[in-house]
Amino acid sequence: MRKKLNTINEGTILLSGNEAVARGAWEYGVHFAAAYPGTPSTEILETIAEEYDEIDAQWAPNEKVGLEVVAGASFGGARVLSAMKHVGLNVAADPLFTLSYIGATGGIVIISADDPGMHSSQNEQDNRLMGKAAKVVILEPSDSQEAKDMVGEGLRISEDFDTPVLLRLTTRICHSKSMVNVGPRKEIPVKGYVADIKKRVPIPAHARAMHSRVEQRLEDISAWGSESSLNRIEEGDTSLGIITSGISYQYVKEVSPEASVLKIGISNPLPWNLIEKFINMVDRIIFVEENDPYLEENIKARFLIQADGKNIIPLEGELNPEIVRKAVHPGTTKEITFSEIQLPARPPALCAGCPHRGAFYCLSKLGGSSTGDIGCYTLGLMPPHNALETTICMGASIGVLAGIEKAVGREGMGKLVAAIGESTFVHSGITGLIDMVYNGNTGTVMIMDNSLTAMTGGQENPTTGKNLRGEPAPVLDLEKVVTACGVKNIRVVDPHDLPEMERTLKEEMDRDELSVIITKRPCIMAYKPVRRIIAQVDPEECIGCKLCMKLGCPAISWDGEKPEINRHLCWPDCDLCVQVCPVDAISKDMGGLT
Amino acid sequence: MKSVTNVIICGTGGQGILLASEVLCSAARRAGNDVKKSEVHGMSQRGGSVSSHVRFGEKINSPLVEKGCADLILAMEKMESLRWSQYLAPHGKLVVCDLEITPMTVNTGLAEYQDVNAIMKKESLPVTLIPAVEIAEELGNLRVVNVVLIGAVSPLLPIDEVHWKQAITERVPPKALEVNLEAFRKGMELFGN
Repeated sequence: MRKKLNTINEGTILLSGNEAVARGAWEYGVHFAAAYPGTPSTEILETIAEEYDEIDAQWAPNEKVGLEVVAGASFGGARVLSAMKHVGLNVAADPLFTLSYIGATGGIVIISADDPGMHSSQNEQDNRLMGKAAKVVILEPSDSQEAKDMVGEGLRISEDFDTPVLLRLTTRICHSKSMVNVGPRKEIPVKGYVADIKKRVPIPAHARAMHSRVEQRLEDISAWGSESSLNRIEEGDTSLGIITSGISYQYVKEVSPEASVLKIGISNPLPWNLIEKFINMVDRIIFVEENDPYLEENIKARFLIQADGKNIIPLEGELNPEIVRKAVHPGTTKEITFSEIQLPARPPALCAGCPHRGAFYCLSKLGGSSTGDIGCYTLGLMPPHNALETTICMGASIGVLAGIEKAVGREGMGKLVAAIGESTFVHSGITGLIDMVYNGNTGTVMIMDNSLTAMTGGQENPTTGKNLRGEPAPVLDLEKVVTACGVKNIRVVDPHDLPEMERTLKEEMDRDELSVIITKRPCIMAYKPVRRIIAQVDPEECIGCKLCMKLGCPAISWDGEKPEINRHLCWPDCDLCVQVCPVDAISKDMGGLT
Repeated sequence: MKSVTNVIICGTGGQGILLASEVLCSAARRAGNDVKKSEVHGMSQRGGSVSSHVRFGEKINSPLVEKGCADLILAMEKMESLRWSQYLAPHGKLVVCDLEITPMTVNTGLAEYQDVNAIMKKESLPVTLIPAVEIAEELGNLRVVNVVLIGAVSPLLPIDEVHWKQAITERVPPKALEVNLEAFRKGMELFGN
């Protein structure tokens, strides 16, 4: 069997950026870590929980709570880490901006995993702008080795300069693997909690002094950063100087190995002295950075230089070697031998056996639709269901439904319900529901409880009965929460019992009062099925009505005349196709189980 | 020998692409190379397109393969093999599992599955089709399709057999080791010699 990584104290191993951050947390003595799952950051806490028992790690209900708990642990003198995806930092922004004033007792490293290209996100925000606005230190690694090292550097900067440190990763850093030199864990004692009211209570009288200290801190770190190895000049041909950071640095080295490079590792505060030296060294400057012109705007504003940047490098989407090659060395593109072929897209779909399918099938059948939220069930927007019409952020389905009713009234709202997963409801849906009750809304909220935070790969949450380490935990009772919010009409239904699901939806959508439907059935990733059986199509009986195709099940395809069941995909504990077939042409021996 | 080898492994979510790329990375590492690989998790796991870029050699910078530079593309699904055609180097090889998985966009009538064989012929793609599903079925374990394919491409890459076998031994559970090593051997025999 493979050894746990906390038994390996030396050598070189291949790690993803996320695994390297977890490794860094362990080696540099982090005591406590908290996060809410979010692609591409999720594996950081998962790796800590699986490999590094020395770190106390936990899932938080949302990123704000995660950062607050981590802040408290820092006040207690522990070294701490909090991880989140880029939009998670919006949720945690409230504690972040003031924690910046308060500073760190035990070192604080906050991971922001940005998603240029939006592989799995709803926007492309560049959190270097967030970190600068919060006046915290930002570090940007360009591979897994640096990701590990920067956790250690970040903790040291955090303690030496009394500041939270934002470690800004991107998807391509999080999910790329490269070689990492590893070492043993350095045990650092927890300093202990000592009250310090002037430091930690930002009433205006205190906060004014804190703000002055923050501005001085930024100047000090900028000066220090010009000497730090985290920022470096790689001197080459001085006719071209490239200023870059993060993964973009790797693309620059790939396509322009001869150029002089200023590699920025500390993106805030910028190392002005070093930048000035580089500007004076080279003839022409190009900024190569993903998403916003952060380095470009700040450096141009400071030194009033002429340079290329976003005029030749795209602002939207991820960079890659060919984009950088075309921009930096026009006309030298690699020969493309084979042409691009237009193909049908292969977007993600709800899995075969997914509990959400029953709910969306019924909603769609009733001519209804939903204000949606963040999770697998966002896929309810796809054909054939076409049953989701809005998404903003975690928890927004409920507020949006309430607002539509405020604008156009109960009649104008038609057959819209709010669709939100149980983990998202706990994250930030509860307050929306309280608002609906408090302000007299009449809509229907469908809490789709699949007992797992599924979209991010299957994580525990306060409703699942387990914690991050898989140990038993108290179960948050959603019915009681909803009752306590003041909702009078609450229905719990198995979404794979189609007649009951449809009846419940119809009755609650027709009701002139606020109601909550909890659809309850576990995600297929939450358990192992006991048997291996698949649905069978009887070609003699099939009348080709295509009702089964309206399920949008990836295990069912159409051969031109009748459905075909993919035996690798068909989920044993699901019989939705059997239920919808009007002539019993599809059968499945469920053995009394549904 | 050229200094860097570029490989793209592609297919659809759930086909074992990540395990295949892990085995390749481990084998390349054991053969003394610097290694980088890159892939995207998340939405792609719900049956969407999945790809993994693997680069190995003396010193690797970018974890992404550049267009026109892939020495080898290993596709676990036929249509997905076409999605990456621009990445093939002039001398590159396209090794494809003889398997078609219908995308939801085709099932729901938004698109039509393409005649992949005709496109491969029209574009003169350097394709080798591998009956990996049949071989895995003969071995009685459909989960080893990916290892059959890894075996099939192993003679095309500058990595010795011993490193592949060690990499597989390291990556698969002990009780499934024998069938995986057999799958590798069966795959390797297809191109061997």
